[in-house]
Amino acid sequence: MNNALPKKQGLYDPAFEHDACGMGFVVNIKGDKSHDVIEDALTVLENLSHRGASGADENTGDGAGIMLQLPHGFFKRECQVLGFDLPESGDYGVGMIFAHRYDDFRKTQMGIFTRIIEEEGQHILGWREVPIDKCTIGESAQAVMPYFIQVFIGRGLGTEDGMDFERKLYVIRKRAEKVIIPMCEEKGGAFYITSLSSKTIVYKGMLTAEQLRNFYLDLSDLDFTSALAMVHSRFSTNTFPSWERAHPNRFIVHNGEINTIRGNVNWMKARQKVIESNLFDDITKVYPVIDESGSDSAMFDNCLEFLHLTGRSLPHSIMMMIPEPWENNELISAERREFYRFNNFIMEPWDGPAAIGFSDGVIIGGVLDRNGLRPARYYITNDDRVILASEVGVIDIKPDNVKYKGRLEPGKMLLIDTAAQRIVSDEEIKTNVAQLHPYQKWNQQHIASMENIQSGMNYEDPGLGDILQQQKVFGYTFEDIEQTIRPMALRGEDPVGSMGMDSPLAVLSEQPQMLYLYFKQLFAQVTNPPIDGIREEIVTSSSLPLGNTGNLLDPGRSNSACILLEHPILTDEQLNNIRHLDNTRFKTTTISILYKVNDGARSMNRSLERVFREADSAIREGSNIIVLSDRGANENLAPIPALLAAAGLHHYLTRKEIRTNVGIVLESGEPREVHHFCTLIGYGVTAINPYLCLATVKQICEQGQSEGLNYEAAQKHYVKAAVKGMLKVLTKMGISTMRSYHGAQIFEAVGLSQELVDKYFTMTPSRLEGIGLEEIAEESKMRHDSAFIENNPTRDTLEIGGYFQCKDNGEIHMYNPETIYLLQRACREANYDLYKEFSHLINEDKIYTLRSMLEFNINPGDTIPIEEVESVDSIVKRFRTGAMSYGSISKEAHECLAIAMNRLGGKSNCGEGGEDPARYYPDKNGDSRNSAIKQVASGRFGVTSNYLVHAQELQIKMAQGAKPGEGGQLPGGKVFPAIAKVRHSTPGVDLISPPPHHDIYSIEDLGELIHDLKNANQHADISVKLAAEVGVGTIAAGVAKGKADVILISGYDGGTGASPRTSIRNAGLPWELGLTEVHQTLVLNRLRDRVALETDGKLLSGRDVVIAAMLGAEEFGFATAPLITLGCVMMRVCNLNTCPVGIATQDEELRRNFAGKPEHVENFMRFVAQEMREIMARLGFRTIREMVGRTDKLRQKEVKHWKASRLNLAALLYQPYAGSDVGRSKTKAQNHMLEKALDVRKLIRMCQPALQDTKPIRAKLKINNVDRVVGTLIGSEITKKYGEDGLPEDTLKLTFVGSAGQSFGAFTPRGMTLELEGDANDYIGKGLSGSKVIVYPPHGSVLKAEDNIIVGNVAFYGATSGEAYINGIAGERFCVRNSGLQAVVEGVGDHGCEYMTGGRVIILGKTGRNFAAGMSGGIAYVLDFDAKLCNQSMVLLEKLTDPEEIKEVEESVRRHVYYTDSSLGRQVLNRWEQYVPRFTRIIPVEYKRILENEIREQSRISTESNIYRDPV
Amino acid sequence: MGKTTGFLKYPRIEPNKRPPEERLQDWGEIRLQQDLVTISLQGARCMNCGVPFCHGGVVLNGSVSGCPLHNLIPEWNELVYRGQWKEAYHRLIRTNPFPEFTSRVCPAPCEGSCTVGYAWDPVSINNIEYEIIEKAFAEGWVQPTSSKPSGYQVAVVGSGPAGLSAAYYLNAVGHEVTVFERDDRPGGLMMYGIPNMKLDKNVVNRRIDLMRASGIKFTFNTEIGGELPVQQLVSGFDAVVLCGGAGKARTLPVEGADLIGVYFAMDYLRGNTISILGGNDGSYITAVGKNVIVIGGGDTGTDCVATALRQDCKSVHQFEILPKPPEKRIKTSNPWPEWPRKQKTDYGQAEAISISGQDPRHYLISTKKIIGSQDHVQKVHTVNVNWVRNASGQMQPVEIPGTEKVWPADLVLLALGFNGPEDILPEELKLDRDANGNVQADFGKFETNVDKVFVAGDMRRGQSLVVWAIQEGKLAAREVDKYLTGSSFIK
Repeated sequence: MNNALPKKQGLYDPAFEHDACGMGFVVNIKGDKSHDVIEDALTVLENLSHRGASGADENTGDGAGIMLQLPHGFFKRECQVLGFDLPESGDYGVGMIFAHRYDDFRKTQMGIFTRIIEEEGQHILGWREVPIDKCTIGESAQAVMPYFIQVFIGRGLGTEDGMDFERKLYVIRKRAEKVIIPMCEEKGGAFYITSLSSKTIVYKGMLTAEQLRNFYLDLSDLDFTSALAMVHSRFSTNTFPSWERAHPNRFIVHNGEINTIRGNVNWMKARQKVIESNLFDDITKVYPVIDESGSDSAMFDNCLEFLHLTGRSLPHSIMMMIPEPWENNELISAERREFYRFNNFIMEPWDGPAAIGFSDGVIIGGVLDRNGLRPARYYITNDDRVILASEVGVIDIKPDNVKYKGRLEPGKMLLIDTAAQRIVSDEEIKTNVAQLHPYQKWNQQHIASMENIQSGMNYEDPGLGDILQQQKVFGYTFEDIEQTIRPMALRGEDPVGSMGMDSPLAVLSEQPQMLYLYFKQLFAQVTNPPIDGIREEIVTSSSLPLGNTGNLLDPGRSNSACILLEHPILTDEQLNNIRHLDNTRFKTTTISILYKVNDGARSMNRSLERVFREADSAIREGSNIIVLSDRGANENLAPIPALLAAAGLHHYLTRKEIRTNVGIVLESGEPREVHHFCTLIGYGVTAINPYLCLATVKQICEQGQSEGLNYEAAQKHYVKAAVKGMLKVLTKMGISTMRSYHGAQIFEAVGLSQELVDKYFTMTPSRLEGIGLEEIAEESKMRHDSAFIENNPTRDTLEIGGYFQCKDNGEIHMYNPETIYLLQRACREANYDLYKEFSHLINEDKIYTLRSMLEFNINPGDTIPIEEVESVDSIVKRFRTGAMSYGSISKEAHECLAIAMNRLGGKSNCGEGGEDPARYYPDKNGDSRNSAIKQVASGRFGVTSNYLVHAQELQIKMAQGAKPGEGGQLPGGKVFPAIAKVRHSTPGVDLISPPPHHDIYSIEDLGELIHDLKNANQHADISVKLAAEVGVGTIAAGVAKGKADVILISGYDGGTGASPRTSIRNAGLPWELGLTEVHQTLVLNRLRDRVALETDGKLLSGRDVVIAAMLGAEEFGFATAPLITLGCVMMRVCNLNTCPVGIATQDEELRRNFAGKPEHVENFMRFVAQEMREIMARLGFRTIREMVGRTDKLRQKEVKHWKASRLNLAALLYQPYAGSDVGRSKTKAQNHMLEKALDVRKLIRMCQPALQDTKPIRAKLKINNVDRVVGTLIGSEITKKYGEDGLPEDTLKLTFVGSAGQSFGAFTPRGMTLELEGDANDYIGKGLSGSKVIVYPPHGSVLKAEDNIIVGNVAFYGATSGEAYINGIAGERFCVRNSGLQAVVEGVGDHGCEYMTGGRVIILGKTGRNFAAGMSGGIAYVLDFDAKLCNQSMVLLEKLTDPEEIKEVEESVRRHVYYTDSSLGRQVLNRWEQYVPRFTRIIPVEYKRILENEIREQSRISTESNIYRDPV
Repeated sequence: MGKTTGFLKYPRIEPNKRPPEERLQDWGEIRLQQDLVTISLQGARCMNCGVPFCHGGVVLNGSVSGCPLHNLIPEWNELVYRGQWKEAYHRLIRTNPFPEFTSRVCPAPCEGSCTVGYAWDPVSINNIEYEIIEKAFAEGWVQPTSSKPSGYQVAVVGSGPAGLSAAYYLNAVGHEVTVFERDDRPGGLMMYGIPNMKLDKNVVNRRIDLMRASGIKFTFNTEIGGELPVQQLVSGFDAVVLCGGAGKARTLPVEGADLIGVYFAMDYLRGNTISILGGNDGSYITAVGKNVIVIGGGDTGTDCVATALRQDCKSVHQFEILPKPPEKRIKTSNPWPEWPRKQKTDYGQAEAISISGQDPRHYLISTKKIIGSQDHVQKVHTVNVNWVRNASGQMQPVEIPGTEKVWPADLVLLALGFNGPEDILPEELKLDRDANGNVQADFGKFETNVDKVFVAGDMRRGQSLVVWAIQEGKLAAREVDKYLTGSSFIK
């Protein structure tokens, strides 16, 4: 392949590259070919160029391309010139090839290619060099540019035309790739076939959108015609040249990301042996189906192509790969449900955010993922065209030519059939596909439910013997039972903890660790969004098919069957039923996974081989369910770690390509927490019976410790908690269905040897080496000994555990009584000696962290006098405190941190929760309580224009170390009036932050938000907070290209707030790994000098910080340590509001105990800096800057540790090669290109009179989709000058005509009125802070406004005040997190008013599904509301009865008509009395209660203590 | 779990004690059991901290903070709150072999570092421990242990808390243990040092019976060293653990300290206990009708006061050369979670007050000389002092002129602490000693310079708390076990 991606090196791995983009297509419905279609498509592409990106070299694009119908006339003409004739259209195929640049080798390539063509019975007609003009393209693109050549292949005699011929061409391409690409790898050259088809052709390359048109001269030729054209502009997370990664692929363009890619690839491989097709002479010629070196989109394309060419239509294949949510969807037909049910049986969905355009040259269509996480808008014109694109306004169309304006809806398809010359509706496509086969019958034949299988065996509890002994042999600790199992059984929830992790990684621990703990969960950030499995339950599903999942290509085959499990946890009775199945459909074999413990690793290895062998023969004998069981552990037999046995078997069967023949059930005493279940499912287990854990639940009940629950109820709770917890883990990765998570291996291993990973956990990233079977067996033995050694004095009690509490004999903790005491005294008394005692314990005493495994490479000759080292005052300016919101911690603590950091010249971070504007102005004594860093998180609490303009740095929190991929929840009990005020919410009402930023579903969206914030405060640095995980390097490169000024890499161990314990311990990585990967990747990409890198995560000492600098950071964050200095004693009850030292509490009595002072924090920071200076002097560094990235000054320490000594940290200390011109720390500013903004170009000057003297201004301007975030910069100037109140209403009244770019009017303050005649893209009115936004269709439009889409997705996200009048329909997620806006709109998409906490929304039309999910405040009024579409878990549906309220609503509608001239609005007003009863009033239950209380006893609410609820 | 705010809801309730008037009439224990509901709510006051300082057992600023035995206090507090007494007992004895001793005699550094004590009154941990173990005995949960014989034999010298602890654990892991005790009864200071009111001798015997039933051999009236040279044990056993205590009492270097009527507190208390137990070896010293002066303000001094009161003394005064501690800890110099240095009125003083209305303690008082007639003590001369920092920065007492005072005295008891272990064992084995005269061995290792010989408790550490002695005995047993078998399950 022509792939110049660097090889895997250090912590960088090209496998984690991501991309996203803008996409679109233009089609003539009647199939009329013209050159105009191509012209229009290229224009679309150019107008989407801001969604693509370029790297360090501005002229080299990430990629752009176009797919067209074969231009028969054009090629005929061209080939004549070349001296050969083309047969009729359809009788030849054209291949577009990126070939080797050198003639010799290219000839070899062509020779082999020719041979394959002939072997497949086709013949070469001729070759054509593709004319190009390379003068405008970038240097890096040119450096690796391939040779472009087209091949013309004539159809052989034995080959039918149409699909048969396409299949031949497919086989030719796959065979050629298999032979030629490996040869190229040796020769360092290229071979890539962009397309090979008799119908379509793809022109693409490493180009910017603008370059494509001129680069390929063919595209400008007027004879080159097509009835359809599909385009794509790419934004990649790297800057590495790659010509073939551009889209389109052979069938699709894709905007989004496949989260489950690893599993999808594995499953495709796993089923290859059982696929049979009579359409191919030998189907293995096209194997492997998936080329794993491609991007996720390319792999998606591989699979789609396979499904299509093996006999399905494209829409059918798409429906299999991206099914719409059907399980919890009452709105789709029964036959469709049967179709999905069946396809779910034979194949797992490819899950992730996706807008996909697809075409086979005859049909062209678009589809959106089930969550609707990518935008796609379309126009249908009166002259028979359809234009679909990521944005509207990408092409000029006269208003009177527009017949319909629509958007792709979640899970829906738009299809244009140029042969049938019409648009085919989603309903019709899907109904047709669903009627293709007797799916219902097939389902009855193949799919059973738990209820309707009966093995006829009654369940008898086999008993466990001594339950304590069993608990001990499986490593149960007292903590496991008390802190995990019991709360799950009692509350039905995965328990919450706080204050992060301060214990060693599993591989660094002296204690025996469960194998699960060596695996860290991955999560979605930036390139794909996590989703909310609770509020958006409609899209999630936990069901899994257990059994033989059949032949993908012969669905009707009778001998496959599965049991569709509701979720993967089985009770003992259910397992019993499954275990004894032996009939025509199901046959179960149980295999023991016990081994002789005293023979150690050898015996474990032998037993594993035995398990695999037994499974193999069971399958041969017809079993389709295998139960791996570890029942029966005794003094001789111990369980093989269940994960090892199960993952090992899964990969063994995958390698043999027979994995889909069986379902793997695990009957194990081991798994007991959510993370255990997740890893098991993630590595291929289909169902789990955690028998010992359930027995423990039973024991709890029998001991009367279940608070009155009987066993049945407690078991139900436990299972519910486990399943819910798992869903949370998978939605964290943006995966909606357990079916796709199954086998998807969304983990990184830390501390396992490569050999072990390769064999049992194939393709799992693992970068540091580590333990093998030997140590795993040792850990098993330790657990076994603890249970069975007679002379063990603690044999009859459970071990301690001690992960969440610091206990002797449990896990060790950095924060222990001694270190806390020393740090507090040192900082209170300004005693550096005591601090040194503290830091000695942290630095030298024990192995806590990866950095404990490093030491400095000190060359005595380098040492300099300490006076020459940068001063303490200068160093502390690089220090920050962690983001802790006012609300999570008390006012006293929050302000203390701000004052301290402002005194030092460092920065404090206000966290996600707004800030009291009084703090923006200095105190009398000169102190400032203004947080320098203001956070913009997914909840957007308190994010107003005023908040933004008072920051020195704006931080976009993409993820936080303790709970990456999750949203927060502030319980109502903590929402005191003062807090509610700064958060623009209602006291006493729960506040929910969504897991994703709803304006960031991909990398180009993040680029947009960075741009928006830069407009909202052009003087602030924009920082992006990421959490460490494998692949964060490439994400950071994308973020740097998205123009962040600072990137913060948070370690998994940090975190102060409350978070599920599963996440605290198991999600994410230590910052050492994340930071290093980021630094290495940015250097490789030549992007390092544009961004400052910051890191945090349990930084406690000067040594920690010096190491962080050497690994690549130049700024450093501290959170727990400053809290300790302020009195925190690591109670770890932040979530309970009972913090006894007055920090993490709002309780007034407890807050009186707060004894912290800013000086304590200052002392700490100075001590750390001083300790750094001592180290720097010894190493000979004078400044921090020169120390950044100097891993040559570090080396791995020799340690005596039975596990840690197996680690190899070479990857951490690796220095990527980069020329001396490549910067290794931030030296230059990002170019934010504000000068291109409409605000700067025109508005600022026009609006000066208003800004200076509050004079009214009126203006009317043209606007286009490339004019993004219009009005925001002006707004920020108003806020800066006039503060929170802004200007009088309508001071600035600006009218725009056309299609507005994204984020129109974002954060604009009071006094501004923005009128838009036309339509708007996504994020209109984001963070609206008081202005008025009015949108109506253009004059001359003949559409019925109320039936057409007019504004995009996620409109008015996080608005805090203002008004909006929208004369038309809005996209998905209208008014998400609105906390004060008054809006009128004529229809909205799915998830309307989600997480809303305030404001009023009037909808005079339809809503999509899941309306009002997570809505805790505000009121929505919807006309003719369909209650089925409402998520009623938090809201009440009522009639509009209060006369005063009726008047208010009427008044709003009146204003709507006044501003937009809405005909629907007028109609409503005209017959108001008749319309009133047709309104539904949607109000959150809690909000209503509080509002009523407010009215009843006005005084009650004002006293804070009254609304304090005893937290549970 | 339902009690997150217990510390705000429920006040601390002190242990139930018999009233002074009543308890002065006999030698029985002063503490009474409490009702289970009260105890359970006291358990609910525990915050179940992320970092349970109570369980820490670390030395902060010279004093221990938290339990040296690392008792799993939050665990059993929670279990008691939930009424799971048996589970609480199991979690208790996981770390502490003898809760019946510690719950009676330990000054409870756990409570001093309890997080509730940061701003409120600490959880009554000591009393909860007492209730758990007494309930366990009452319910018959406390049973002898059994183990598989290892074939090794270990000798333990001394049956004080360290020796008993070492013996308990060595036996539990299968070694054949013989405990050598020079007294006629086991327990060391727990038998003859601590008075019966605090620790009923039946409580000690109850434990010894269990240990015997578990297979531990006790040899009494057998002094190791001298006639039975310790070398003999070293050759005859696979390992020897020396737990001989730090019995060398500190003397008062003043005129008249050798008069009749001036005794070491230990001798006084020992004689009294022997007499209570029905013995008579001629060592009994009575305070009946006497003016008693106790020199030394520590726990032993208090024990002397209480004993003298029960013997119907005429008067009793207790001298302390240090200043009176503050009523509450001083947060700046003695912050939580350090051991709180504050005034506490112990049972002996409370009893004295109940009789005379006067606290028997006098602070900042130094004994100048003791005057006698016919070798019998008659008077004690004292002078008040101030503590002043000297040139080298150390605090020193300086007499205040004009504050001299003479006290009538018929019995003077010296409760001045101890000066390290007796010399005979170290000398016979030529053991290395540290600067304080204690036997040299690292904490955590407990190995002396002589192969096979380990040392634990006060003999290694110097005079200290019973909990430390138990912890040392346990950890020394672990080291012996490792020494013998290569590994150990003792935690």
